[in-house]
Amino acid sequence: MAWHLAIVLSPSTLIPSPDQAFLGIVELAERGLLLRYIVASLFRVTWGYLLALVIAIPFGITLGLYKRGELALNPLLQILRPISPLAWIPIAILWFGVGDVSAIFLIFLASFFPLTVAAMHAVHNIEDIHLRAGTNFGLSRTQLIRTVIFPAILPQLIVGMRIALGIAWLVVVAAEMIAVNSGLGFLIIDARNAGNRYDLVVAGMILIGVIGVILDAMMRGLEKLDFVRWGYAEP
Amino acid sequence: MSKVQFNHLSMRFPGVEVLRDISLDVREGEFVCILGPSGCGKTTLLNIVGGFLQPTEGEVTIDGVRVTQPDPRRIFVFQERGVFPWLTVEQNIGFGLFKLTEEEKRARIAHYVQLVGLVGFERSYPRELSGGMKQRLEVARALAVNPDVLYLDEPFGALDSITRLQMRRELLRIWQAEKKTILFVTHDIEESVQLADRVVVMSQRPAHIQRIVDIDIRHPRDLSAPRYIQLRDSIFAEIGLAHQV
Repeated sequence: MAWHLAIVLSPSTLIPSPDQAFLGIVELAERGLLLRYIVASLFRVTWGYLLALVIAIPFGITLGLYKRGELALNPLLQILRPISPLAWIPIAILWFGVGDVSAIFLIFLASFFPLTVAAMHAVHNIEDIHLRAGTNFGLSRTQLIRTVIFPAILPQLIVGMRIALGIAWLVVVAAEMIAVNSGLGFLIIDARNAGNRYDLVVAGMILIGVIGVILDAMMRGLEKLDFVRWGYAEP
Repeated sequence: MSKVQFNHLSMRFPGVEVLRDISLDVREGEFVCILGPSGCGKTTLLNIVGGFLQPTEGEVTIDGVRVTQPDPRRIFVFQERGVFPWLTVEQNIGFGLFKLTEEEKRARIAHYVQLVGLVGFERSYPRELSGGMKQRLEVARALAVNPDVLYLDEPFGALDSITRLQMRRELLRIWQAEKKTILFVTHDIEESVQLADRVVVMSQRPAHIQRIVDIDIRHPRDLSAPRYIQLRDSIFAEIGLAHQV
Protein backbone atom coordinates (compact mmCIF):
# COMPACT_ATOMS: atom_id res chain seq x y z
CA MET A 1 0.00 0.00 0.00
CA ALA A 2 2.65 2.46 1.10
CA TRP A 3 4.71 1.47 -1.90
CA HIS A 4 1.76 2.00 -4.26
CA LEU A 5 0.91 5.36 -2.75
CA ALA A 6 4.50 6.56 -2.92
CA ILE A 7 4.70 5.67 -6.63
CA VAL A 8 1.44 7.46 -7.46
CA LEU A 9 2.56 10.57 -5.65
CA SER A 10 6.14 10.72 -6.87
CA PRO A 11 7.11 12.49 -10.08
CA SER A 12 9.54 9.79 -11.24
CA THR A 13 8.30 7.39 -13.88
CA LEU A 14 11.15 4.89 -13.68
CA ILE A 15 10.29 3.11 -10.43
CA PRO A 16 7.53 0.56 -11.02
CA SER A 17 4.39 0.21 -8.92
CA PRO A 18 3.67 -3.11 -7.17
CA ASP A 19 1.40 -4.37 -9.93
CA GLN A 20 4.02 -3.54 -12.57
CA ALA A 21 6.60 -5.47 -10.60
CA PHE A 22 4.17 -8.33 -10.25
CA LEU A 23 3.52 -8.27 -14.00
CA GLY A 24 7.28 -8.31 -14.42
CA ILE A 25 7.44 -11.62 -12.54
CA VAL A 26 4.63 -12.99 -14.70
CA GLU A 27 6.49 -11.88 -17.84
CA LEU A 28 9.64 -13.64 -16.64
CA ALA A 29 7.62 -16.80 -16.08
CA GLU A 30 6.14 -16.58 -19.55
CA ARG A 31 9.54 -16.14 -21.17
CA GLY A 32 10.73 -19.20 -19.25
CA LEU A 33 13.38 -17.18 -17.46
CA LEU A 34 11.89 -17.24 -13.97
CA LEU A 35 12.67 -20.83 -13.17
CA ARG A 36 15.90 -20.84 -15.17
CA TYR A 37 17.35 -17.89 -13.29
CA ILE A 38 16.26 -19.12 -9.88
CA VAL A 39 17.74 -22.54 -10.55
CA ALA A 40 20.95 -20.97 -11.85
CA SER A 41 21.38 -18.89 -8.69
CA LEU A 42 20.47 -21.77 -6.38
CA PHE A 43 22.85 -24.06 -8.25
CA ARG A 44 25.78 -21.74 -7.60
CA VAL A 45 24.88 -21.23 -3.96
CA THR A 46 24.44 -24.93 -3.38
CA TRP A 47 27.83 -25.86 -4.75
CA GLY A 48 29.76 -23.02 -3.19
CA TYR A 49 28.06 -23.51 0.13
CA LEU A 50 28.36 -27.30 0.25
CA LEU A 51 32.01 -27.10 -0.66
CA ALA A 52 32.52 -24.63 2.18
CA LEU A 53 30.65 -26.91 4.63
CA VAL A 54 32.75 -29.91 3.72
CA ILE A 55 36.03 -28.07 4.13
CA ALA A 56 35.33 -25.44 6.78
CA ILE A 57 33.70 -27.65 9.42
CA PRO A 58 36.51 -30.20 9.79
CA PHE A 59 39.01 -27.35 9.51
CA GLY A 60 37.28 -25.30 12.21
CA ILE A 61 36.99 -28.33 14.52
CA THR A 62 40.68 -29.07 14.08
CA LEU A 63 41.63 -25.49 14.89
CA GLY A 64 39.36 -25.62 17.93
CA LEU A 65 40.95 -28.81 19.20
CA TYR A 66 44.59 -28.02 18.59
CA LYS A 67 45.71 -24.82 20.23
CA ARG A 68 48.87 -24.72 18.17
CA GLY A 69 47.08 -24.82 14.85
CA GLU A 70 44.81 -22.07 16.02
CA LEU A 71 47.71 -19.90 17.14
CA ALA A 72 49.35 -20.34 13.76
CA LEU A 73 46.33 -19.80 11.53
CA ASN A 74 43.95 -17.60 13.48
CA PRO A 75 45.68 -14.27 12.65
CA LEU A 76 45.50 -15.07 8.95
CA LEU A 77 41.86 -16.03 9.36
CA GLN A 78 41.06 -12.81 11.17
CA ILE A 79 42.69 -10.73 8.44
CA LEU A 80 40.95 -12.53 5.58
CA ARG A 81 37.58 -12.59 7.28
CA PRO A 82 36.62 -8.89 7.08
CA ILE A 83 37.51 -8.67 3.37
CA SER A 84 34.28 -8.60 1.43
CA PRO A 85 34.05 -11.60 -0.89
CA LEU A 86 33.33 -9.09 -3.64
CA ALA A 87 36.88 -7.79 -3.31
CA TRP A 88 37.95 -11.20 -4.61
CA ILE A 89 36.09 -10.78 -7.88
CA PRO A 90 39.12 -9.67 -9.92
CA ILE A 91 41.21 -12.52 -8.54
CA ALA A 92 38.38 -15.00 -9.08
CA ILE A 93 38.12 -13.94 -12.70
CA LEU A 94 41.89 -14.16 -13.08
CA TRP A 95 41.97 -17.72 -11.68
CA PHE A 96 38.74 -19.18 -12.96
CA GLY A 97 37.69 -16.92 -15.83
CA VAL A 98 34.24 -15.44 -16.29
CA GLY A 99 31.62 -18.05 -15.47
CA ASP A 100 30.10 -20.38 -12.96
CA VAL A 101 33.33 -21.43 -11.34
CA SER A 102 34.18 -17.87 -10.38
CA ALA A 103 30.76 -17.32 -8.86
CA ILE A 104 30.97 -20.61 -6.96
CA PHE A 105 34.42 -19.71 -5.71
CA LEU A 106 33.14 -16.40 -4.37
CA ILE A 107 30.29 -18.11 -2.56
CA PHE A 108 32.68 -20.67 -1.17
CA LEU A 109 34.87 -17.88 0.21
CA ALA A 110 31.93 -16.00 1.60
CA SER A 111 30.66 -19.01 3.57
CA PHE A 112 34.05 -20.49 4.44
CA PHE A 113 35.14 -17.92 7.02
CA PRO A 114 31.99 -17.65 9.10
CA LEU A 115 31.69 -21.45 9.11
CA THR A 116 35.29 -22.00 10.18
CA VAL A 117 35.04 -19.46 12.96
CA ALA A 118 31.69 -20.85 14.12
CA ALA A 119 33.05 -24.40 14.29
CA MET A 120 36.20 -23.28 16.10
CA HIS A 121 34.35 -21.28 18.73
CA ALA A 122 31.80 -24.02 19.20
CA VAL A 123 34.61 -26.44 20.03
CA HIS A 124 35.97 -23.98 22.61
CA ASN A 125 32.56 -23.86 24.22
CA ILE A 126 32.18 -27.60 24.71
CA GLU A 127 31.63 -28.42 28.37
CA ASP A 128 34.78 -29.88 29.81
CA ILE A 129 32.61 -32.31 31.75
CA HIS A 130 31.33 -33.86 28.49
CA LEU A 131 34.81 -34.33 27.08
CA ARG A 132 35.95 -35.92 30.32
CA ALA A 133 32.96 -38.20 30.48
CA GLY A 134 33.73 -39.29 26.92
CA THR A 135 37.36 -39.98 27.79
CA ASN A 136 36.35 -41.79 30.96
CA PHE A 137 34.33 -44.32 28.96
CA GLY A 138 37.48 -45.19 27.03
CA LEU A 139 36.66 -43.65 23.65
CA SER A 140 39.33 -43.32 21.00
CA ARG A 141 40.06 -39.92 19.50
CA THR A 142 37.84 -40.53 16.46
CA GLN A 143 35.03 -41.94 18.57
CA LEU A 144 35.26 -38.89 20.81
CA ILE A 145 34.95 -36.56 17.82
CA ARG A 146 32.03 -38.48 16.37
CA THR A 147 30.03 -39.14 19.52
CA VAL A 148 30.84 -36.17 21.76
CA ILE A 149 32.52 -33.27 20.00
CA PHE A 150 30.39 -33.16 16.87
CA PRO A 151 26.99 -33.46 18.58
CA ALA A 152 28.13 -30.98 21.24
CA ILE A 153 28.96 -28.27 18.71
CA LEU A 154 26.01 -28.90 16.41
CA PRO A 155 23.57 -26.33 17.87
CA GLN A 156 26.10 -23.53 17.57
CA LEU A 157 27.26 -24.83 14.22
CA ILE A 158 23.74 -24.64 12.83
CA VAL A 159 23.55 -20.98 13.82
CA GLY A 160 26.81 -20.44 11.96
CA MET A 161 25.45 -22.35 8.97
CA ARG A 162 22.40 -20.12 8.90
CA ILE A 163 24.46 -16.96 8.94
CA ALA A 164 26.79 -18.35 6.28
CA LEU A 165 23.93 -19.29 3.99
CA GLY A 166 22.52 -15.78 4.32
CA ILE A 167 25.87 -14.34 3.32
CA ALA A 168 26.20 -16.83 0.46
CA TRP A 169 22.85 -15.71 -0.90
CA LEU A 170 23.90 -12.05 -0.68
CA VAL A 171 27.09 -12.81 -2.51
CA VAL A 172 25.61 -14.92 -5.31
CA VAL A 173 23.51 -11.99 -6.44
CA ALA A 174 26.46 -9.64 -6.43
CA ALA A 175 28.72 -12.16 -8.15
CA GLU A 176 26.17 -12.73 -10.90
CA MET A 177 26.16 -9.04 -11.70
CA ILE A 178 29.72 -9.35 -12.87
CA ALA A 179 30.83 -12.83 -13.55
CA VAL A 180 28.02 -14.68 -15.37
CA ASN A 181 25.07 -14.35 -17.74
CA SER A 182 22.23 -16.02 -15.90
CA GLY A 183 20.70 -15.93 -12.45
CA LEU A 184 18.81 -13.36 -10.42
CA GLY A 185 21.75 -11.00 -10.03
CA PHE A 186 22.29 -11.07 -13.76
CA LEU A 187 18.58 -10.42 -14.28
CA ILE A 188 18.76 -7.20 -12.30
CA ILE A 189 21.82 -5.80 -14.01
CA ASP A 190 20.63 -6.97 -17.45
CA ALA A 191 17.15 -5.48 -17.05
CA ARG A 192 18.65 -2.13 -16.25
CA ASN A 193 21.18 -2.18 -19.08
CA ALA A 194 18.66 -3.41 -21.65
CA GLY A 195 16.35 -0.42 -21.71
CA ASN A 196 15.78 0.56 -18.12
CA ARG A 197 13.27 -2.21 -17.37
CA TYR A 198 12.89 -1.24 -13.73
CA ASP A 199 9.82 -3.41 -13.37
CA LEU A 200 12.09 -6.41 -13.93
CA VAL A 201 14.73 -4.99 -11.60
CA VAL A 202 12.23 -4.77 -8.77
CA ALA A 203 10.77 -8.15 -9.72
CA GLY A 204 14.27 -9.60 -9.30
CA MET A 205 14.69 -7.93 -5.94
CA ILE A 206 11.42 -9.38 -4.69
CA LEU A 207 12.39 -12.86 -5.84
CA ILE A 208 15.76 -12.59 -4.10
CA GLY A 209 14.08 -11.50 -0.88
CA VAL A 210 11.49 -14.25 -0.94
CA ILE A 211 14.01 -16.99 -1.69
CA GLY A 212 16.29 -15.63 1.05
CA VAL A 213 13.46 -15.95 3.54
CA ILE A 214 12.72 -19.52 2.40
CA LEU A 215 16.38 -20.53 2.74
CA ASP A 216 16.53 -19.08 6.22
CA ALA A 217 13.34 -20.85 7.20
CA MET A 218 14.87 -24.15 6.06
CA MET A 219 17.89 -23.55 8.27
CA ARG A 220 15.65 -22.60 11.14
CA GLY A 221 13.93 -25.93 10.66
CA LEU A 222 17.24 -27.61 11.55
CA GLU A 223 17.19 -25.88 14.94
CA LYS A 224 14.03 -27.76 15.78
CA LEU A 225 15.67 -31.18 15.51
CA ASP A 226 15.39 -33.16 18.73
CA PHE A 227 19.10 -33.69 19.23
CA VAL A 228 20.07 -30.02 18.92
CA ARG A 229 17.20 -28.31 20.72
CA TRP A 230 19.05 -28.45 24.04
CA GLY A 231 21.49 -25.89 22.67
CA TYR A 232 18.94 -23.10 22.34
CA ALA A 233 17.11 -21.26 25.09
CA GLU A 234 13.57 -22.56 25.35
CA PRO A 235 11.15 -19.88 24.13
CA MET B 1 40.87 -56.39 50.75
CA SER B 2 42.38 -53.10 49.76
CA LYS B 3 41.09 -51.70 46.46
CA VAL B 4 42.25 -48.11 46.09
CA GLN B 5 45.46 -46.97 47.73
CA PHE B 6 46.72 -43.41 48.05
CA ASN B 7 50.44 -43.41 48.77
CA HIS B 8 51.84 -40.13 50.09
CA LEU B 9 50.01 -38.09 47.51
CA SER B 10 50.92 -34.42 47.13
CA MET B 11 49.80 -31.87 44.59
CA ARG B 12 51.17 -28.44 43.85
CA PHE B 13 49.94 -26.06 41.19
CA PRO B 14 52.23 -23.11 40.35
CA GLY B 15 52.20 -21.02 43.50
CA VAL B 16 49.71 -23.15 45.49
CA GLU B 17 50.10 -26.28 47.48
CA VAL B 18 46.77 -28.08 47.23
CA LEU B 19 47.29 -31.53 48.71
CA ARG B 20 49.88 -32.58 51.26
CA ASP B 21 50.97 -36.14 51.89
CA ILE B 22 47.70 -38.02 51.63
CA SER B 23 47.67 -41.73 52.34
CA LEU B 24 44.49 -43.75 52.45
CA ASP B 25 43.37 -47.31 51.94
CA VAL B 26 39.92 -47.95 50.54
CA ARG B 27 38.64 -51.51 50.86
CA GLU B 28 36.79 -53.28 48.09
CA GLY B 29 33.08 -52.51 48.25
CA GLU B 30 33.57 -49.74 50.77
CA PHE B 31 31.68 -46.44 50.71
CA VAL B 32 34.09 -43.64 51.61
CA CYS B 33 33.13 -39.99 51.88
CA ILE B 34 35.81 -37.34 51.48
CA LEU B 35 34.60 -34.36 53.45
CA GLY B 36 36.07 -30.90 53.53
CA PRO B 37 35.39 -27.20 53.14
CA SER B 38 34.79 -25.79 49.68
CA GLY B 39 37.96 -25.20 47.71
CA CYS B 40 40.12 -27.41 49.93
CA GLY B 41 41.21 -29.66 47.09
CA LYS B 42 38.75 -32.54 47.38
CA THR B 43 37.93 -32.35 43.69
CA THR B 44 41.62 -32.23 42.81
CA LEU B 45 42.08 -35.37 44.86
CA LEU B 46 39.26 -37.11 43.03
CA ASN B 47 40.63 -35.98 39.67
CA ILE B 48 43.94 -37.59 40.53
CA VAL B 49 42.32 -40.88 41.50
CA GLY B 50 40.26 -40.68 38.32
CA GLY B 51 43.42 -40.35 36.23
CA PHE B 52 42.56 -36.89 34.90
CA LEU B 53 45.43 -35.23 36.77
CA GLN B 54 48.92 -36.39 37.65
CA PRO B 55 50.05 -35.80 41.24
CA THR B 56 53.24 -33.91 41.96
CA GLU B 57 54.38 -36.59 44.35
CA GLY B 58 53.18 -40.01 45.38
CA GLU B 59 50.81 -42.25 43.50
CA VAL B 60 47.43 -43.89 43.48
CA THR B 61 47.14 -47.59 42.85
CA ILE B 62 44.03 -49.57 42.15
CA ASP B 63 44.31 -53.35 42.57
CA GLY B 64 48.03 -52.68 42.91
CA VAL B 65 48.31 -50.98 39.51
CA ARG B 66 49.34 -47.36 39.27
CA VAL B 67 46.70 -44.97 37.90
CA THR B 68 47.97 -42.89 34.97
CA GLN B 69 44.88 -42.17 32.88
CA PRO B 70 41.07 -42.41 32.94
CA ASP B 71 39.77 -45.95 32.72
CA PRO B 72 36.26 -47.22 31.97
CA ARG B 73 36.52 -49.61 34.93
CA ARG B 74 36.23 -46.58 37.19
CA ILE B 75 33.64 -44.04 36.28
CA PHE B 76 33.36 -40.46 37.39
CA VAL B 77 29.91 -39.05 38.13
CA PHE B 78 29.61 -35.29 37.99
CA GLN B 79 26.68 -33.17 39.00
CA GLU B 80 23.75 -33.82 36.72
CA ARG B 81 25.30 -31.57 34.06
CA GLY B 82 27.39 -34.53 32.98
CA VAL B 83 24.65 -36.27 30.99
CA PHE B 84 24.82 -35.71 27.25
CA PRO B 85 21.95 -33.38 26.33
CA TRP B 86 21.92 -34.53 22.69
CA LEU B 87 21.15 -38.13 23.61
CA THR B 88 17.95 -39.66 24.92
CA VAL B 89 17.84 -41.48 28.25
CA GLU B 90 18.49 -44.85 26.67
CA GLN B 91 21.22 -43.50 24.40
CA ASN B 92 22.91 -41.91 27.41
CA ILE B 93 22.86 -45.16 29.34
CA GLY B 94 24.12 -47.02 26.28
CA PHE B 95 26.88 -44.50 25.64
CA GLY B 96 29.74 -46.52 27.11
CA LEU B 97 28.49 -49.85 25.77
CA PHE B 98 29.95 -49.61 22.28
CA LYS B 99 31.80 -52.89 22.69
CA LEU B 100 28.67 -54.95 23.34
CA THR B 101 26.39 -56.52 20.75
CA GLU B 102 23.08 -54.79 20.09
CA GLU B 103 21.25 -57.43 22.06
CA GLU B 104 23.45 -57.26 25.15
CA LYS B 105 23.29 -53.52 24.95
CA ARG B 106 19.51 -53.46 24.91
CA ALA B 107 19.30 -55.77 27.90
CA ARG B 108 21.83 -53.74 29.86
CA ILE B 109 20.00 -50.48 29.11
CA ALA B 110 16.65 -51.96 30.14
CA HIS B 111 18.16 -53.21 33.41
CA TYR B 112 19.56 -49.83 34.42
CA VAL B 113 16.54 -47.85 33.27
CA GLN B 114 14.64 -50.03 35.71
CA LEU B 115 17.22 -49.77 38.49
CA VAL B 116 17.21 -45.98 38.60
CA GLY B 117 13.47 -45.69 38.07
CA LEU B 118 13.36 -44.07 34.65
CA VAL B 119 10.95 -46.52 33.04
CA GLY B 120 8.67 -44.65 30.63
CA PHE B 121 11.33 -42.00 29.95
CA GLU B 122 13.60 -44.09 27.69
CA ARG B 123 13.03 -41.85 24.67
CA SER B 124 13.07 -38.56 26.60
CA TYR B 125 15.86 -36.03 26.31
CA PRO B 126 17.59 -34.69 29.45
CA ARG B 127 15.97 -31.28 28.99
CA GLU B 128 12.63 -32.97 29.64
CA LEU B 129 13.81 -34.45 32.95
CA SER B 130 14.01 -32.96 36.44
CA GLY B 131 17.35 -32.44 38.18
CA GLY B 132 16.97 -35.60 40.25
CA MET B 133 16.11 -37.67 37.18
CA LYS B 134 19.14 -36.37 35.33
CA GLN B 135 21.30 -37.28 38.29
CA ARG B 136 19.89 -40.81 38.36
CA LEU B 137 20.46 -41.01 34.62
CA GLU B 138 24.10 -40.15 35.07
CA VAL B 139 24.48 -42.78 37.76
CA ALA B 140 22.84 -45.30 35.44
CA ARG B 141 25.18 -44.37 32.59
CA ALA B 142 28.12 -44.94 34.92
CA LEU B 143 26.84 -48.25 36.29
CA ALA B 144 25.95 -49.60 32.84
CA VAL B 145 29.59 -50.16 31.93
CA ASN B 146 29.90 -52.25 35.09
CA PRO B 147 32.79 -50.36 36.70
CA ASP B 148 34.24 -51.59 39.97
CA VAL B 149 34.77 -48.12 41.39
CA LEU B 150 32.54 -45.05 41.23
CA TYR B 151 33.78 -41.54 41.89
CA LEU B 152 31.10 -39.06 42.79
CA ASP B 153 31.95 -35.36 42.98
CA GLU B 154 29.30 -33.55 45.03
CA PRO B 155 26.71 -35.27 42.89
CA PHE B 156 23.66 -33.97 44.72
CA GLY B 157 24.88 -30.44 45.32
CA ALA B 158 22.54 -28.85 42.78
CA LEU B 159 19.38 -30.63 43.92
CA ASP B 160 16.74 -29.36 46.31
CA SER B 161 16.93 -30.80 49.83
CA ILE B 162 14.03 -33.25 49.49
CA THR B 163 15.32 -34.68 46.22
CA ARG B 164 18.74 -34.86 47.78
CA LEU B 165 17.50 -37.08 50.60
CA GLN B 166 15.72 -39.34 48.13
CA MET B 167 18.84 -39.56 45.99
CA ARG B 168 20.94 -40.61 48.96
CA ARG B 169 18.53 -43.42 49.68
CA GLU B 170 18.59 -44.43 46.02
CA LEU B 171 22.36 -44.39 45.94
CA LEU B 172 22.58 -46.60 49.05
CA ARG B 173 20.10 -49.02 47.55
CA ILE B 174 22.10 -49.19 44.31
CA TRP B 175 25.39 -49.52 46.19
CA GLN B 176 24.03 -52.45 48.21
CA ALA B 177 22.61 -54.09 45.07
CA GLU B 178 25.69 -53.64 42.88
CA LYS B 179 28.53 -53.89 45.43
CA LYS B 180 30.68 -51.12 44.02
CA THR B 181 33.51 -49.33 45.75
CA ILE B 182 32.45 -45.70 46.09
CA LEU B 183 34.49 -42.56 46.68
CA PHE B 184 32.13 -39.72 47.35
CA VAL B 185 33.28 -36.11 47.68
CA THR B 186 31.05 -33.74 49.62
CA HIS B 187 31.14 -30.65 51.82
CA ASP B 188 27.92 -31.71 53.56
CA ILE B 189 28.59 -33.24 56.98
CA GLU B 190 25.11 -34.76 57.37
CA GLU B 191 25.39 -36.30 53.92
CA SER B 192 28.69 -37.95 54.74
CA VAL B 193 27.42 -39.44 58.01
CA GLN B 194 24.26 -40.70 56.34
CA LEU B 195 26.08 -42.45 53.53
CA ALA B 196 29.59 -43.54 54.33
CA ASP B 197 31.29 -46.47 56.00
CA ARG B 198 34.11 -44.07 56.74
CA VAL B 199 34.33 -40.30 56.55
CA VAL B 200 37.69 -38.83 55.66
CA VAL B 201 37.82 -35.32 57.07
CA MET B 202 40.12 -33.00 55.11
CA SER B 203 41.72 -29.84 56.44
CA GLN B 204 41.89 -26.40 54.86
CA ARG B 205 44.43 -25.90 52.09
CA PRO B 206 46.97 -27.39 51.79
CA ALA B 207 44.62 -30.27 52.43
CA HIS B 208 45.74 -33.25 54.42
CA ILE B 209 43.73 -35.92 56.19
CA GLN B 210 42.70 -34.49 59.50
CA ARG B 211 40.85 -37.49 60.82
CA ILE B 212 39.12 -40.62 59.60
CA VAL B 213 35.79 -41.38 61.27
CA ASP B 214 34.29 -44.85 61.22
CA ILE B 215 30.53 -44.66 60.92
CA ASP B 216 29.60 -47.82 62.78
CA ILE B 217 25.85 -47.66 62.21
CA ARG B 218 24.00 -50.14 60.05
CA HIS B 219 21.83 -49.10 57.13
CA PRO B 220 19.09 -47.93 57.09
CA ARG B 221 20.32 -45.28 59.48
CA ASP B 222 18.11 -43.57 61.97
CA LEU B 223 18.92 -39.88 61.67
CA SER B 224 17.80 -39.13 65.22
CA ALA B 225 19.62 -42.02 66.92
CA PRO B 226 22.08 -40.93 69.63
CA ARG B 227 25.02 -42.59 67.89
CA TYR B 228 24.28 -40.79 64.61
CA ILE B 229 24.10 -37.44 66.37
CA GLN B 230 27.23 -38.18 68.35
CA LEU B 231 29.22 -39.01 65.21
CA ARG B 232 27.84 -36.05 63.33
CA ASP B 233 28.67 -33.64 66.13
CA SER B 234 32.16 -35.01 66.52
CA ILE B 235 32.76 -34.18 62.85
CA PHE B 236 31.27 -30.73 63.26
CA ALA B 237 33.66 -30.22 66.16
CA GLU B 238 36.54 -31.61 64.14
CA ILE B 239 35.96 -29.03 61.43
CA GLY B 240 35.77 -26.38 64.09
CA LEU B 241 32.10 -25.59 64.01
CA ALA B 242 29.95 -25.66 67.09
CA HIS B 243 26.71 -27.25 66.02
CA GLN B 244 24.56 -24.19 66.34
CA VAL B 245 23.66 -21.30 64.09
